[in-house]
Amino acid sequence: MTARTAAETAVGDTLGPVTVPVGRETLVSYANASGDQNPIHQDEQFARSVGLPDVIAHGMWTMGAAGSVVSGWAGGAGRVVEFGTRFTKPVVVPAAGVEIEVGGVVKALDADTGRATVEMTVTAEGAKVLGRCVAVVQLD
Amino acid sequence: MTETSGVNADFVGRTYPSSGPYAVSAAEIAAFADAVGSDDPLHRDPEAARAAGYADVIAPPTFAVTIAQQCDRVYVMDPDAGVDYSRVVHGEQRFVHHRPITAGDELAGELTVDSIRMAGGHAMITTRTELSAAGEPVCTSTSTIVVRGGEDQ
Repeated sequence: MTARTAAETAVGDTLGPVTVPVGRETLVSYANASGDQNPIHQDEQFARSVGLPDVIAHGMWTMGAAGSVVSGWAGGAGRVVEFGTRFTKPVVVPAAGVEIEVGGVVKALDADTGRATVEMTVTAEGAKVLGRCVAVVQLD
Repeated sequence: MTETSGVNADFVGRTYPSSGPYAVSAAEIAAFADAVGSDDPLHRDPEAARAAGYADVIAPPTFAVTIAQQCDRVYVMDPDAGVDYSRVVHGEQRFVHHRPITAGDELAGELTVDSIRMAGGHAMITTRTELSAAGEPVCTSTSTIVVRGGEDQ
């Protein structure tokens, strides 16, 4: 993985969009890795019983997938120094699975610190699922 | 009678004694990286991580939530706090990394209830967990949960 430099980066640069598949097995993996075993993320019957259309992805899985895309773009996981989002819409995951699209645009670049502010756009079935998803990454 | 979330607003500003240590292993980091689809060698290859200047493999940027949520338990499980976890949804999440979480870390977490806002029968609670290792700051994780109001909504 090559580190991105501030010199080769400009405001308005885009990353992605990258398509990330998510299936029920993805959510089981995330549940086991994160410790969040809420059945709404695994059990279709339970999810429907609490008024959801189907199993939904953990919001933190979706944020994590966006984090993987932006850290890959920056050139390493340690380069993400700030990362925040709102969870505005759940990602519904039917038995056949679904895809999310993760993209971003450089909104600001601090020449002194080499830090870039990247606004991320994450969609599922054409609808935005994260709001105000912003990462600050340290470039070389 | 208007049913509300039942959340006790008196908890604003409360800081709990530091909890932990939370030990971070390379296996946990690799499993988390797999789950969020990160193919970064820094999560799995200690040599690559050391060459990049880290002590060992490093965690993905959202891994801190797994520890922050353990730190949250002292608050959300407190009966006096009035948080019905079956009615909680995650509203917002933010991380400020002072350095990456690294395999071998023994993290301590200090939880503060930053704000509680009531709106439309719901409660929005923002908690902040300061994660540190040997007294040095590692990550600030800030989480807003929404506790939905009860049956009368």
